[in-house]
Amino acid sequence: MIDAPAFLVLEDGTRYRGRPYGALGRTLGEAVFATGMSGYQETLTDPSYAGQIVVQTAPHIGNTGMNDDDPESRRIWVEGYVVRDPSRVVSNHRALRSLDDELEAQGVVGISGIDTRALTRRLRDAGVMRAGIFSGTDAALAPAEQLELVRSSAGMSGRSLSAEVSVDAPEVVPAVGESIGRLAVLDLGVKASTLRHLAERGFEVHVLPQSTTIEQLRELDPVAVFYSNGPGDPAASDTHVELLQSVLREGLPFFGICFGNQLLGRALGFGTYKLPFGHRGINQPVLDKATGRIEITAHNHGFAVDAPVEGEVESPAGFGRVEVSHVGLNDQVVEGLRALDIPAFSVQYHPEAAAGPHDSTYLFDRFRDVVLEHRAGTTDSAATDQKDAQ
Amino acid sequence: MPKRDDIRSVLVIGSGPIVIGQAAEFDYSGTQACRVLRAEGIRVILVNSNPATIMTDPDFADATYIEPISPEVIEAIIVKERPDAVLPTLGGQTALNAAIQLHEQGILERHGVELIGASFEAIHKAEDRQLFKQLVLDAGADVARSHIAHTVDEAVGFADDLGYPLVIRPSFTMGGLGSGFAHDREQLVRMVADGLHQSPTTEVLLEESILGWKEYELELMRDRADNTVVVCSIENVDPVGVHTGDSITVAPALTLTDREYQNLRDIGIRIIRDVGVDTGGCNVQFAVDPATGRVIVIEMNPRVSRSSALASKATGFPIAKIAAKLAIGYRLDEIPNDITRVTPASFEPTLDYIVVKVPRFAFEKFPGADATLTTTMKSVGEAMAIGRNYSTALQKALRSLEKRGSSFHWAGKPGEKDALLAIAATPTDGRIVTVQQALRAGASVEEAFEATGIDPWFLDQIVLINEVADRVRLADALDPELMRFAKEHGFSDAQLAELRGLTERDIRAIRHASGLRPVFKTVDTCAGEFPALTPYHYSSYDDETEVAPSEARKVVILGSGPNRIGQGIEFDYSCVHASFALRDAGFETIMINCNPETVSTDYDTSDRLYFEPLALEDVLEVIHAEAQSGELVGVIVQLGGQTALGLAHGLAEAGIPILGTSPDAIDLAEERGAFSRILDEAGLTAPRNGTATDVDSAVAVAEQIGYPVLVRPSFVLGGRGMEIVYDSPSLVDYFERVRDQAIIGPGMPLLVDRFLDDAVEIDIDALYDGTELYVGGIMEHIEEAGVHSGDSACTLPPVTLGRDIIDRVRSATRAIAEGIGVRGLLNVQFAIGAGVLYVLEANPRASRTVPFVSKALGIPLAKAASLVMAGSSIRSLVDDGLLPVQDGSIVPMDAPVAVKEAVLPFKRFRTAEGRIVDSVLGPEMRSTGEVMGIDRDFPRAFAKSQIAAYGGLPDAGVVFVSVADRDKRSIVLPVLRLAQRGFSIWATEGTAEVLARYSIPTRIVRKHFEGQQAPEGAEPSIVDLINAGEVDIVINTPSGRSARADGFEIRTATVAADKPLFTTIAQVGAAVASLEGGDEPVTVTSLQDYATARAARA
Repeated sequence: MIDAPAFLVLEDGTRYRGRPYGALGRTLGEAVFATGMSGYQETLTDPSYAGQIVVQTAPHIGNTGMNDDDPESRRIWVEGYVVRDPSRVVSNHRALRSLDDELEAQGVVGISGIDTRALTRRLRDAGVMRAGIFSGTDAALAPAEQLELVRSSAGMSGRSLSAEVSVDAPEVVPAVGESIGRLAVLDLGVKASTLRHLAERGFEVHVLPQSTTIEQLRELDPVAVFYSNGPGDPAASDTHVELLQSVLREGLPFFGICFGNQLLGRALGFGTYKLPFGHRGINQPVLDKATGRIEITAHNHGFAVDAPVEGEVESPAGFGRVEVSHVGLNDQVVEGLRALDIPAFSVQYHPEAAAGPHDSTYLFDRFRDVVLEHRAGTTDSAATDQKDAQ
Repeated sequence: MPKRDDIRSVLVIGSGPIVIGQAAEFDYSGTQACRVLRAEGIRVILVNSNPATIMTDPDFADATYIEPISPEVIEAIIVKERPDAVLPTLGGQTALNAAIQLHEQGILERHGVELIGASFEAIHKAEDRQLFKQLVLDAGADVARSHIAHTVDEAVGFADDLGYPLVIRPSFTMGGLGSGFAHDREQLVRMVADGLHQSPTTEVLLEESILGWKEYELELMRDRADNTVVVCSIENVDPVGVHTGDSITVAPALTLTDREYQNLRDIGIRIIRDVGVDTGGCNVQFAVDPATGRVIVIEMNPRVSRSSALASKATGFPIAKIAAKLAIGYRLDEIPNDITRVTPASFEPTLDYIVVKVPRFAFEKFPGADATLTTTMKSVGEAMAIGRNYSTALQKALRSLEKRGSSFHWAGKPGEKDALLAIAATPTDGRIVTVQQALRAGASVEEAFEATGIDPWFLDQIVLINEVADRVRLADALDPELMRFAKEHGFSDAQLAELRGLTERDIRAIRHASGLRPVFKTVDTCAGEFPALTPYHYSSYDDETEVAPSEARKVVILGSGPNRIGQGIEFDYSCVHASFALRDAGFETIMINCNPETVSTDYDTSDRLYFEPLALEDVLEVIHAEAQSGELVGVIVQLGGQTALGLAHGLAEAGIPILGTSPDAIDLAEERGAFSRILDEAGLTAPRNGTATDVDSAVAVAEQIGYPVLVRPSFVLGGRGMEIVYDSPSLVDYFERVRDQAIIGPGMPLLVDRFLDDAVEIDIDALYDGTELYVGGIMEHIEEAGVHSGDSACTLPPVTLGRDIIDRVRSATRAIAEGIGVRGLLNVQFAIGAGVLYVLEANPRASRTVPFVSKALGIPLAKAASLVMAGSSIRSLVDDGLLPVQDGSIVPMDAPVAVKEAVLPFKRFRTAEGRIVDSVLGPEMRSTGEVMGIDRDFPRAFAKSQIAAYGGLPDAGVVFVSVADRDKRSIVLPVLRLAQRGFSIWATEGTAEVLARYSIPTRIVRKHFEGQQAPEGAEPSIVDLINAGEVDIVINTPSGRSARADGFEIRTATVAADKPLFTTIAQVGAAVASLEGGDEPVTVTSLQDYATARAARA
C-alpha cells in the first residue's frame, strides 16, 4: 500500500494489483506456478524457467538470501517473478546478499503483495497463460495497452528456447575419482547439480552446445550421451530429436532428464502434449514401476510424453520395445521411459533435485551401471567378433 | 500390498488422563485410529482410563474399556477379547510404555498378540539413548556429545568432561519430564538424582549444551514397502533450551535453504528406516547451529505425537489416520488424500500459508513456581493460527490465547530497552511480547537476537508489526488502504482501536462501512495445485474467497479454544457431540476453534471447519461469510466453556441468534443478586454471603458471616484466587497476596461466602427444555466441600446420599433451571451440611462432568443438549430413543459405580530453588485431567480410579499420618484399618497421641524443621525419611491457617518421591475401602457390556 503499484496482467484480462519487486519495468512470459516451499534460489537459476513468469505459492520468499553455492546456472532465468511476501531481511549463515538486490542486479521484474493463491487457482482452472508484469513507468500504461502487450507476446507452444540457454562452446567437468569415460551432455538448459551428479559417478562430463551435430559427437567419441532439462516446446526441437535418433541407432547408452525425456519420447516415435498447468513442485509422488517404490520428486514440466502407461509397446520409430518406467501418481502422467532393446532411458522429473528431495539420485547410479554394462558388453562382443574373425 | 487379512481385531491403547506433555492430541489421534480401523471392518477394542475423551465414546469402538492402562488390566482385556494385534503408537508415551511392559512381561507372547504400528525393537531403539545415539551416527548424522550415567557420582565425573551448562535427559519419560539444564554442580546433583528416579530404567543422559541453536522438527511416515514421506517441517521460534511444547513454533520451516532442509530430510528418512518404524509415523527433532549450520539430531519419537497432531492440522494430512492404515498393511500410495480425493497419500504436503502455534501456560495456578521455560514441558494447552503470512498467523495465534496481555500492544511507553532485553533473555510465558516492547523501545534486531537467540528473521517480523502499528498510530486518518495494510499483518480491530484511541466497535463499523472484510482460504495440502473437496478454512485479507455457497440450514458451534486448567478436553467432547448430533438431524454444522489438539478441529468432524481465534471479531467474520448463503439457524455457545459463553453477548448484540439458554439468562446465573432472588423464589438456601471491595469491608463481612469463609474474586475462571480463610489475619494476608493481580476493587467485588466445613458436595448435570428436566447424573464428591469440583474425586451414583436428598437435589435443580430460563444444559453444585441443602453455584452450560456422566450412565447428554437447543423437546428425544426413559437421577442397585479421579501436575512445577510447589488441594482448580474407574461397587471402582491416576496404592509398607486438629477424630478409624491390614503407622507427635488412645501401634517421627538446622546427630525428620523412600503412603491434612500452609515440606517431598499423598480425610476413607476392594483379581467390563446389562434391566 501507499507505495507505487505494480500490475500483473493475464492474457484472459485478469489484473492483479501489487507492489513492485526486483527491477522496475515490464516483462512478458508464460505465467506458471511453482509449489516448492524451499529452494527459490535454485528455482530462479534453473534454465528450464526461461520464458516463464514464475508464481511462488509459498508466501515468504527471500528469507535465506542468496549465496554462491546453490545457483543451478550462471544467472537467473525466470522472465518474471511473482511472490506474496518478500523478505525484508536475510537470515542464513551462508547468505552473501539479498534476493531483492539480486533480482534488481539481474534486471528481473517482479511483483509482490498479490493474492498468489487466487492467481494459482486461476492458472490451475484456466491453464497456464501468457502474462505481463508492469511496474515503474510501465505501471502507468493504460490497462488495455498492457493487455495488448500480453496478448501479442509469444506463447510457449511451438517455441524453441534451447539456443538461449545453452553454452556457446563445449565445457568440460572432470570426473570425480577414476573416469569411466567421456559423457556427451547436450546442454538444453542443464543444471549444475546434474553435472555434479554425473561427474561424481565417474563421467568426464563434456557439456556441448545444443547445436552440436552427430559428426561433432562422433568426433568426441563418448561412452554415452545425456540430454538435459530445458525450456521450450519439445515439438519444436526437431534437430535434437534427429540427433538423438542417430545416437540411439549407433547404440550409445542414453539418459535424459525432463526435456531430455520428452525428446527421447519423440525420438522413439511418441508424441508430446502440453499439460493444462504443468507440474512444478518438489512434492510429487512418482511410482518406479520396476521396484514398486514411490519417490517424492522435483518436477518442472509443462509438457509430457504421450505413451501408454501400462505394458510394453513397440517404438513407432523402430527402436524396439519401450515401456513407461515411471508414472506420476497424482495424474498418471508419463514420468519415465525405458527402451528395452537399446540402452536408453529417461525421466520426466529431476533426480538431481535442487531444489527438492533426494529420493531419485539412484537414477544416476543406474545410468553409470547401464554404461558400464554396455561397455563390458561391447568389449565382450568385440572380443567375440575378433575371435570369430580369427 | 493391501490391507493384511490376518488382522481382524485390534486393541488400541489410549493415553490415559490429560497431563502436561500428553494431552488432547492423543484423543484426536486415537479417535482417528478407531474410526479408520472400524471403517476397514476391523473389530476395535479400546482401553483408555480417560472418560473425557471422545475416543472412549461407545460409538467409536466395538468394545470400550474405561480401565486403568496397566499390564494386569490390559492382559485381562486381552484374555477376554482375544485381539489379533495391539496398536500402541497412537496413545502417546503412556501407550508405548504399556506396550513395552506387555512385551517384557511376556503377555503379548503368551496370548499370541502382535504389536503393530511399531515393533518392540523399534520402540527400544528410539527410546534407548545409547542405541539411538549409535544409530544416528551410523546414519551419518551428528549427535551432541554425551554420556549415560546410572548414578549421581558417575554424572559428576562426566560433567567435568562436557563442561557446564549441560543437559540432563532421563530415559523413557514423556514430555521431557525430569530433563533440563544444569549450570553448576549443585544443580547437576539434584537434577540427576530426580532424573534417575523418573527414569524407569534408572538412567540419565548427560549432553553437551546446544542452548540457543535453532530447533526443527520433521514429521515422517513410512510404510512397509519402505516408502517414506515428510509430512511437515516445524521450526521453533524459541531456540533450543525451551521444550518444543513450550515454544512458539511455525510451519513450514522458514529460515532454511533447500540444501539445508533436504539434509534434514535425508537424515530423518535414514533414522526412521534404521529405527525400523515401518508402519506408521515418527517425529525427529534437530538442532542447527545458526553460525555454522552444524546439524545435531536431538531425539526421535516412534509414534504419533503432539507435533504430529499439530502437523496434521497445519497441513491437512491426517497423520494418525494414515498411521492406523499403515499399521494394518496398506501402503501410502494405496491410501487416498482425503482433501483432494484424487491424489494419493504418498506425497509431501506443501503449504501456501503459515501456521503458528503458541503455548498456553498456567503458572498463576501454582504460586511460587518458577516460570522459566526449560526442556521440561510446562504449558497446559496451545493455540494454532493460520495466516497467509507469518505476521498474521502470529498475531492471530497470540489473540487466540484469550489471555490479557498475550497480544502485542502499543499503549504507553514500552519501558527501558536494556531492562526489557534483560527480561527477554530468560524464556518465560509471554516473552514474545517483552521482545516486541524491547524492539519498540529501540532495541535493534541484533541486540534482540543476542539476548534471546530468536532468529533475526522472526525478530524482523516483529519490527515490521511495530512499523505497521506506527503507521496506523501516526496517520492523519485511518483510511481503508491503511486499514487493509494493517489487516494484512494480522492486526485485530481491538489493536487498531487501541492505536487510534477508538473502541473496537468503532473500528469494526469503519471497516465494514468500507467493505473491508477477510476472505476465507482453504487448507488443501497442495498449495492450490488440485481442487480441495474438504471445507477447512482460515481467514485472510486477500482477494478471493473459497467459501462455497450452500443452501443448508446452518448451525455454528463455538469451540473452547486452547486447553487450560479448568477448561479442557471435556468441552471439546461436548462440541464434537453437538456437531455429530446436529449433522444427523440434518443441519450443516460449522465449527470454529483454534485448538490444534482437538477432535473438533479435525476436518472430518463438522461439515465445515474454520480454524480461527475465538475472538468476537473473528467469529463475526466467519458468521458473516456463512450467512451469505443458506439459513443461519444460530450459534451454540454453551458447549465451548467460558470461551464460547463469553462471546454470547457480543454475538447477540450483532443480531446473531444464540441457540439454547439466552445470554441474558446466562447472566442471571452469574450475577449474585439476581441469582439470590431466583433461589429465594424457589425457597432454596445459599451459604450466608456478602461482598466487599476492600480489606476492611471484607473483614467486617466475614466476621458477620462467621469463619471459615470462602473468598473468591468475581469474574474469574477455574477458581482463580479462590481460598478458604479461617480468621481475620489470614484474610488480611489474602488481600496482601492478591493485591498485585488487581482482581478486587470497585466493580470487581470480592465474594465472601460462609464455608461449609465438613459438608458433602454434590454436582448435578441436567437438561432442561422449558418444560421438562432430565437429569444426566448426580455426583457425590469424595473430598468435602472446599476442594474445587474439578480436583475432587466423585462417584456416580452417589454412595452415601439417601433418596430424600436426591429428590431435593432434583427439584431444586428444576427450580433453578426454570428460574434462569435454561434451554439446554445446566450444572448445579450443592453442599449438604447438617442436613441442609445449600446451593453453591449454577452454570447454565456444559460442565466438565458431561462426558463422565455420559460414560458412566450411558446417557448422551451433549448430543441431547444440542438437539434441545435446536428446538427438540426432551420428550421427543426420549420417544426417539436417544435418551433412556429413566433419567440419571435414579440408578438401579445393581448398576455399576463409576468414580472420577483428578490428576494433578504438581511434579512439573518447581520453585526457583528447585523445590516442587505445594500440592495441597483447595478451592482453586489445579488438575489437568481425570480418570474413571468403573466396577460393580464403590471400593473396586475407587481402587481402579487410583490405579489409573497414579498406579494405585501399595498393599503394605509404611503409612505416615499427620493431620490438622479438626481431622484427628475422623482419622482414627481408617488408620486403625490400615494397621489391621499390616501397614506400619508413623505419625507426628500430636497425631500419634490420638492414635495411641486407640491402641494403634505408632512410631513417632520428628517433623521437618523448616529453615532450621537440625541438631547434629538428631534422628531423621519425616522429610528425610520420605526422601529416602522409606514411606509408602502419606496422609497430611493442612491446618490452612497460614498462607504458607503447614506441612508444605512433607507434601512436596511426597510428590517428589512419587508416593500416594492424601490431603483430605474423605480420600483416606475411600482409599482404605479400595484396598479392601482390591483383594480380588481385577475384572474388566466394556461400556458396551454395561449398556447391554442396562438394557436388560430396563
